[in-house]
Amino acid sequence: MIGIDTLKALVSMSPREEMLRHIVTPELDELFARIPKPVGSFGYDPWGYNENTAKFALGLVKWLYEHYFRVTTSGLENIPDHGRLLVVPNHSGQLPMDGVLIGYALATNPHGPRAARAMIERFFPTVPWLGNVLNAIGAVIGDPLNCSKMLEQEEVIIVFPEGVRGSGKLYKDRYQLQRFGNGFMHLALQHKTPIIPVGVVGCEETMPSLANISPLARMLGIPYVPVGPLLPLPARVHITFGEPMYFEGDSESEERVTERVELVKDRIRDLIDAGLKQRTSIF
Amino acid sequence: MPHKKTVLVTGAAGSLAKRVIARLHGKHNVIAVDFRRKVETDAGVPSYKVDMQKRGFEDIFRNHKIDAVIHIGRIFAHESDRQRRYNANVLGTKRLLELCRKYSVSEVVIHSTYFVYGASAYNPALLDEDAPLKASEVTQDLVDSVEVESLAQIYLWKYPELNITILRPCNVLGPGVRNSMSLLLSRSVAPVLLGFSPLMQFLHVDDMADALVLAFEQNKPGIYNVAPDDWVAYQVAVEQCGCRKLPVMSVPPVLPKLISNALNWNAFFPPYLINYFKYPVIIDGRLFRETFDWKPRRNMNDIFSYYRKAKLLAA
Repeated sequence: MIGIDTLKALVSMSPREEMLRHIVTPELDELFARIPKPVGSFGYDPWGYNENTAKFALGLVKWLYEHYFRVTTSGLENIPDHGRLLVVPNHSGQLPMDGVLIGYALATNPHGPRAARAMIERFFPTVPWLGNVLNAIGAVIGDPLNCSKMLEQEEVIIVFPEGVRGSGKLYKDRYQLQRFGNGFMHLALQHKTPIIPVGVVGCEETMPSLANISPLARMLGIPYVPVGPLLPLPARVHITFGEPMYFEGDSESEERVTERVELVKDRIRDLIDAGLKQRTSIF
Repeated sequence: MPHKKTVLVTGAAGSLAKRVIARLHGKHNVIAVDFRRKVETDAGVPSYKVDMQKRGFEDIFRNHKIDAVIHIGRIFAHESDRQRRYNANVLGTKRLLELCRKYSVSEVVIHSTYFVYGASAYNPALLDEDAPLKASEVTQDLVDSVEVESLAQIYLWKYPELNITILRPCNVLGPGVRNSMSLLLSRSVAPVLLGFSPLMQFLHVDDMADALVLAFEQNKPGIYNVAPDDWVAYQVAVEQCGCRKLPVMSVPPVLPKLISNALNWNAFFPPYLINYFKYPVIIDGRLFRETFDWKPRRNMNDIFSYYRKAKLLAA
């Protein structure tokens, strides 16, 4: 049991090397050798991704994925094993736990592992340690130039078009898709990138929020402050990956772009419904 | 045998210019200029100690038929105060470009720096040459670098006959290099900001010299980043160079600046460069690599091992 060993190692504060071996197992090393991701001579890529840190993080998330959230995935065979890709899920659960779990599912995909990138808020790089760690595991600030260059280098990017509207919504609005931004569709059209729609079920229940204390959020300069559990609850999570969607043509008018975004949104709604049907118990 | 050109190289006392002169010598007629001292050069390379703002500078243009200028000479922030640096770097460059026009110089290569992009938390990675130059937003002390750039760019568009090429290299390191980063990595103890280890790019001074010579020989005017396709976090570089890390409190942001000021770290960890040790400025060097078919021949380990060995020898 990796999970218990990991915790034991953390508690006993055993030497660094030994702890590392519990988390970064030989299987994990083997997995990373199969990921088609170019890095420089010290294991970095230009956005700060670091192979060793990513391995370590994946080793930690393994426990969350398998034993805490007990994630069920379907449709992993729809993910191409190479080439540029936009992965577009619904967003929920106050914390970006859905992104972490999708990232893990993609990295351990038996049909071909991929190292996925996620877009983060612009204030993260200013936070000591956290900013570097987020970069090292593949997150980058959501700048269009970053996205463009990553797609040109055949990377996989997870985009939440709902943004904080989705993650910060209240429990009473669960599984209701919020307004989608159009940015991801512009990227898909400009860089001829397939879109994988994803339906995530269960993350809504990890952190049900009854209200948002918006004055406090404004004071702290963060998007929202939920009234709910302090840590994510161990709800079961179902992730359903849809088939790739291909869009062509130029983004001649915003209206036409929005129409295409709606197609993706409809598809995600179906995938969420499929996940909800599949789910037999919340916890 | 193509026509031998006469090339004026500024900053001739510096380690980079010395290498450029060595590469050009024999193939071309080289003239070495520096304001610091009269540089010892090989036979056949005239050497002048002259200030670009002084009248005597024009005599060099009168006495030699100069075809090309490679402008490397710059005063670093730790070498002089802001006012004198501004005069030397900005007004000096302006004077140089004016003389190039007056004496029909047909090619100018200008050595700039990646610092001009500015270190900000909002920077995307792999900055292209058309990214805004935000360095002066960060600090007054980099205004001269940005202004040298804008001057050069004005001349680049206004006077195409000057054939101006601007090179913006990443951190240049190696034997003899006296810039802040090189001085820092030569030390046994290097300050690091707690919780920040930005990604950086490093280039060996020999590779940069090759790049400058290529830019001169191929004459393809424009603006180019010069950087390898490789990256490493600052704190890893510090370890690789055999430095011990000296952790510096990073919050509140004004604290590391105060510390740097108080301890007079101006030469290697100056207050105005603190942000470059906090946020990455990663440039995309693809345009230069492809246009000039250039690739650095020394990797990061070659660069770092020089600093490691230098420390072992000193010990």
